[in-house]
Amino acid sequence: MESPKTTETLASPGLDPMLPRPFVLKSIEQENVDTWTLELEAVDADGDLAFEPGQFNMVYRLGVGEVPISISSDPTRPERLLHTIRSVGAVTGGLCAMKPGEILGLRGPFGNAWPVSLAHDSDLVFVAGGIGLAPLRPAIYQVLSERRRYGRVVILYGARSAGDMIFAEELETWRGRFDLDVQVTVDHATGDWFGHVGVVTTLIPRAGFDPTHTVAMVCGPEVMMRFTVRSLVDRGVASEGIYLSMERNMKCAVGFCGHCQFGPSFICKDGPVFSLPRVERWLDTREV
Amino acid sequence: METLDRSGIDALLTALRERGFTVLGPTVRDRAIVYDELRSTADLPVGVTDEQAAGSYRLTHRGDDALFGYTVGPHSWKRWLHPPLVRLLRITPEEGGQGFTADSSDPGARRWAFVGVRACELAAIGIQDRVFLDGPAVDPVYDARRRGVFVVAVNCAQAGGTCFCASMDAGPRAREGFDLALTEVVDDDRHYFLVEDGSPEGREVLAALPSRLATADEVKTADRILESAASSMGRSLEMDGLPEILGRGYDSPRWEKVATRCLSCTNCTMVCPTCFCSTVEDVNDLADGAAERWRRWDSCFTTEFSYLHGGSVRTSVSSRYRQWLTHKLGTWIEQFGSPGCVGCGRCITWCPVGIDLTEEAAALRESDRALHA
Repeated sequence: MESPKTTETLASPGLDPMLPRPFVLKSIEQENVDTWTLELEAVDADGDLAFEPGQFNMVYRLGVGEVPISISSDPTRPERLLHTIRSVGAVTGGLCAMKPGEILGLRGPFGNAWPVSLAHDSDLVFVAGGIGLAPLRPAIYQVLSERRRYGRVVILYGARSAGDMIFAEELETWRGRFDLDVQVTVDHATGDWFGHVGVVTTLIPRAGFDPTHTVAMVCGPEVMMRFTVRSLVDRGVASEGIYLSMERNMKCAVGFCGHCQFGPSFICKDGPVFSLPRVERWLDTREV
Repeated sequence: METLDRSGIDALLTALRERGFTVLGPTVRDRAIVYDELRSTADLPVGVTDEQAAGSYRLTHRGDDALFGYTVGPHSWKRWLHPPLVRLLRITPEEGGQGFTADSSDPGARRWAFVGVRACELAAIGIQDRVFLDGPAVDPVYDARRRGVFVVAVNCAQAGGTCFCASMDAGPRAREGFDLALTEVVDDDRHYFLVEDGSPEGREVLAALPSRLATADEVKTADRILESAASSMGRSLEMDGLPEILGRGYDSPRWEKVATRCLSCTNCTMVCPTCFCSTVEDVNDLADGAAERWRRWDSCFTTEFSYLHGGSVRTSVSSRYRQWLTHKLGTWIEQFGSPGCVGCGRCITWCPVGIDLTEEAAALRESDRALHA
């Protein structure tokens, strides 16, 4: 199977890859206790940011810092640009505390895309953990925009608790569709949760897809991905059909800063989406 | 090949300055040979040499007046091409909060002439060229600084105690990438330089110097000197099969062993002429509300380097040394088409506890042989 294609948006020489474009925060919506979705709009005349599902931007809060954030909106509707951010540090905290109308900087989009077209005519299973649903959502939108080209489409989502879910309303909407199989599980259930309890891997053995004709796209904490790919392989999904989106510290997003190396790969320019055979060896090694 | 007398080097520095170059070269400061601006050949380390060993660097007198009678010091040319600290951006919010303007000019860039560039350093510049210029994106800071550089290479007449450029096919003779290349000959009765031009601009500069065609004897003498330098390397590194050995050696007990000595001080990465990692820091101007983004050298030996939400990925010293060595001698090849090492020996000399990567690589090879024999 071919590897995901790389979009060389910033390949043209003479363009400063470190130069952010000004964007205005159009709206901000709280997803859960520590996660917000920011809608951004370009200030300059260059217009909308075309992107592919799985790509990310370097989002810059002026004077505070810059972080890599996956685009979480619909690639078929680039006029609505969303980033879903978990507030866990100075920069993400600063971004999540912004008010509509404020200006921030954006560089991108960077990285390669989920290989959605490779899954044409086969079953497709999305496995997401926590905020890992955000980088997968553009791929889900893309698939839903051309739903007939795919076999069964399954979304398996795990969150720590019901309150930690993101896009909960959308998951409910998707679960109401006859052409989607959406299953949600939580690690810890509170009294008002009547759904499945357990880590997301427990959903894999019974999920409705044909493992011999399935492409899987996985995103979540590294430990979750490690166990998820194991469950998928145990179920019979070919390694070459399993794709993961990896995360590492990044300062530049174009291969200069060295931070995001994972074995021989730069997550920024070779990824963030990798087929399992390309990263398997390092996924199972500690402290790579 | 031309020959230039000792006084011809003064003429060379003058000619470079007259062509508008800021001339940088070796000079003695704080008991080390560092690179800085040269006003005349008096600034060069005349008659000085360096004695290098693992964790040790000492300057001594040679007993002659050689200008380039040393190997390499703690500085490398990346100080100018990929500076330790450089402002990437100054961002000024626009009135009324409708956006910002970004100034990405680099006031530190000059038209430099690098004098005294060793073959290993030319190889190192070539490696950084591939990192910063040949990827999907071009680094404008490196690009602007690199473009106008005039390189006066100096072939090594002697190898240092920690040198192994011959193993890395990076020296001691400069083969390409220079405008002019010098070989210094200090005989009992004569002190002269053989000069080779490597570019049209080099040819132009050379034409303006008081040089003459080299005699066959002079060429032979220079060749003999360079051959003896190649055969007197203080270290060697066997690269054959090493990337594969490193690739399957992530669980080798050797990493723990070297970690008991490694202080994780980052010295090796700071003196390395190819290490390119950097971080970006934000600085705020309280007076006018402008925000600046500064890039500074970073090192994979710090815990912050691999920080992700929740903690660092590489918390142990062994994992950080492993990252550095497997990258330098292994994965770098897959990334950029050559190892990230030129055999200059700086990381060995400037390691405060004398860790020697050639020794570590050999030990990893040995334990791999034991495991996979």
